[in-house]
Amino acid sequence: MPTQTRFELKPGMATREAFGRALVELGRENKDVVAVDADLSKSTFTHFFAKEFPERFFSCGIAEANMVGLAAGLASAGKIPFAASFASFVINKGFEQLRVVVAYPNVNVKIVGTHCGISIGEDGPSQMAVEDIGLACSLPGFTVISPADEVSMKALVRAAAAHVGPVYIRAGRPKAPVIYAADQPIEMGKSIELVDGKDLTIIATGLLVAESIRAREQLEAEGISARVIDMHTIKPLDRTAIARAAAETGAMVVAEEHLMDSGLGVRVAQVVAETQPCPMEFVGIRNTYAESATPEQLLDKYGLVARDVVAAAHRVLKRKK
Amino acid sequence: MKPTKDLPELDGICKKIRRHIIEMTGAAKSGHPGGSLSAVEILVTLYYDVMRHDPSNPRWPDRDRFILSKGHAAPVLYAVMAECGYAPVGELTTLRKLGSPFQGHPDKRFFPALEASTGSLGQGLSLALGMGAAACLDGASWRTYVVLGDGECQEGQIWEAAMYGAFHHADNVCAIVDYNRIQLDGFVKDIMELEPFADKWRSFGWHTVEVNGHDIAALQRAFADAASTTGAPSVIVAHTIKGKGVSFMENNPKFHGTAPTPQEVELALKELQ
Repeated sequence: MPTQTRFELKPGMATREAFGRALVELGRENKDVVAVDADLSKSTFTHFFAKEFPERFFSCGIAEANMVGLAAGLASAGKIPFAASFASFVINKGFEQLRVVVAYPNVNVKIVGTHCGISIGEDGPSQMAVEDIGLACSLPGFTVISPADEVSMKALVRAAAAHVGPVYIRAGRPKAPVIYAADQPIEMGKSIELVDGKDLTIIATGLLVAESIRAREQLEAEGISARVIDMHTIKPLDRTAIARAAAETGAMVVAEEHLMDSGLGVRVAQVVAETQPCPMEFVGIRNTYAESATPEQLLDKYGLVARDVVAAAHRVLKRKK
Repeated sequence: MKPTKDLPELDGICKKIRRHIIEMTGAAKSGHPGGSLSAVEILVTLYYDVMRHDPSNPRWPDRDRFILSKGHAAPVLYAVMAECGYAPVGELTTLRKLGSPFQGHPDKRFFPALEASTGSLGQGLSLALGMGAAACLDGASWRTYVVLGDGECQEGQIWEAAMYGAFHHADNVCAIVDYNRIQLDGFVKDIMELEPFADKWRSFGWHTVEVNGHDIAALQRAFADAASTTGAPSVIVAHTIKGKGVSFMENNPKFHGTAPTPQEVELALKELQ
């Protein structure tokens, strides 16, 4: 269902801040919501929650393995813990714990990884999560969410709390343009078709949704009609929307701020291969770690801007029969 | 089950549990008898005397929680829980077989009365502290008990959790270390020495009690001491003998992860008459 034909991308807050604000609202509504943090509450924005609900905020110090275990214990006793840290720390350092005490017994823990991708900028690769989608999606029973803006983040944090089972929420450091109106219906597991199109489909997640909207406008000026889909839920994937897009447009580009080897692209390709095979091209990080620079410089250098989505669209259209 | 403080009665239960452990691992032809036998008195004292629980109502919200962090000692947990009434005793010999509630390591999916799925070492203390935090938030009086292996305490996460527990004054959590001094590759002192072990816990801020882990009366006193301690979590460093109760298994690293042969089962059961 096409909702709009042209978007005004207005300046908005970072998705990590939207998470922090949504968590406070949840905390006011449900006393079982608790927060767990590993000395990054000012960066993950759980400090809002800590300030209002100090007794429901559990500081773990710089110890991610214990943080994930603690969250699993809290959940086992009926709490709804949101455990937040940089994505690169909670997912990578906490992965064994996510596997054995969260995924395997299917415990109701919500993991929030902020500072995803390379758009964190100057801090460099040790702080950048570029494998987190792949790792989180590899865990049976996990739901994996990657909101593009503050509106979808707030809606999906709420959905994650209502969902019984482990959820990973990916959040970014830089301010993200606002894509959605405040009343946009947003449902976990159901992708959003932002613009309809007939020549190809661009499926994007996180920061790359806004870039794909910009790319679509450039393509339109060339007379190319692109459908744009926000795949905010990466697991479980919206198979119906993917199969329909492949069937109706016959060409697909997937764009994400993640290593290409294990992110959204390969997951979408699996669905396309199983349903409606069509040519595909990918925008993502190619087999490398980034470096220190401004977010804008990095996104440009590592090929994650509208220009790169447009180039991928041109490539895939050449292959389309 | 009928709770009891009676020492001869508890001794008799321990002997029965040891027989189950031998029969179960013998039937499975694999498993970890040594570290199961060393923890028998600890678990029997907890389940028959110390813990508040109801086998007919395993999800009772006010029950005390038990986590076997050293999940490879699953046979002792299964045997004690079955004797308490959480599962049919007759099914114990399905250990490690397809569809059995008694999986190789504790698995809540197959045995829902368990509080945690364990087996990857180092993680149970964090879980226990999370449960303790939840009880505290709810103003509930139930306590959480977690049994750790000594080798397991070589894992860094144990000490992350130890710091957390003391800092957050988790006095409703009690850890018990089954200090049998043997791990898979040999003696703890030769693999990665833990001494001065009790001092490590003390320096991390835990109320630390050392006992002979096969002396039920001493264990009862230690648990009472832990329960009456406020402001800090407690750890009971229980000095035990790996393979306790079967002469050829005692202090023998081989029986960390090797099941007894049919002949060994026969010999062991004779000793456990």
